[in-house]
Amino acid sequence: MRKTLYGILLLLFFWYMMKFVNYLPKSPVLQGKGVSNYYLQNDKKDTAAANVVTAIVVNYRGFDTLGEVTVLFLAMTGLLAVLMGLKTERGKLTEASLILRAGTRLIIALIFAYGIYIFVHGHLTPGGGFPGGAVIATGIFLLYASFKDYSLNRTWSVILESFSGMGFVIVGFLGLLKGKSFLYNFLPKGTMGHLLSAGVIPVIYILIAFKVASELGALVSQMMEGEKE
Amino acid sequence: MNLMNVVIFTSVFIMLAAAICAVIFKDLMASLIATMMVSLIVSVLFVFLQAPDVAMTEAAVGAGLTTAIFVIAIRKTSAKGGEEER
Repeated sequence: MRKTLYGILLLLFFWYMMKFVNYLPKSPVLQGKGVSNYYLQNDKKDTAAANVVTAIVVNYRGFDTLGEVTVLFLAMTGLLAVLMGLKTERGKLTEASLILRAGTRLIIALIFAYGIYIFVHGHLTPGGGFPGGAVIATGIFLLYASFKDYSLNRTWSVILESFSGMGFVIVGFLGLLKGKSFLYNFLPKGTMGHLLSAGVIPVIYILIAFKVASELGALVSQMMEGEKE
Repeated sequence: MNLMNVVIFTSVFIMLAAAICAVIFKDLMASLIATMMVSLIVSVLFVFLQAPDVAMTEAAVGAGLTTAIFVIAIRKTSAKGGEEER
């Protein structure tokens, strides 16, 4: 009885979605009006960032990114508070197989280099701070899974995370002092397509990547090996 | 019915089948792998929809880190005897 009710609700939802898809060609965004077309046309003049998504995330809507970084920080703090006092018996585990250890030794430098490449070139190629930090944290998890006695330096990860978060807010206040508004783009813009261009956008993305990588690395470390004495 | 449409339809069908399997399976590890497959195919479909930033973020977070954290959580909360053998 309950399952047939769920099935009917699902079919109604699907029919409503199909009606919405039919409405999409008549929407004002696809006809040239709306704020996304302004961003696409004026990105070269305002920020000179080759990646328009990065320009929207960091420059036009930079305050929302600050809120997102805050939410990440709160989630990680809550999670580490719940997992405090976790005890693991990591010394009793058997060593990983030879294929895993040898493969990790070969590939771990490439994983870290790829993650660093993603967030340094955030304003030129697709990507940015968030996937770059996630790739680095996945590399840290691979190290934990392959070697029995690897452990992340927890002090450094806490220091990096706090200072990166503070650095983001300090860059915003510097924009307030030099320009007209919080998170104003005050560095010179340069030419589009070069590494040192787009003003303050690569600086902010590097800070976000450090914050995300150290947060997720501390989370993986806490789950894999518990408290450190 | 050119090749691109066939590829898109096949991957959407596999994604739907994996999503249904994620709910039906009784073993938690198998259901987790089905969720990871949904995340992986969604990230490929994002590239077809010309959104490479979202595809990269979804692949790194969904099909990488979330699955790894869930694996650790399931192993730590299952029966106690499974900790000595890797």
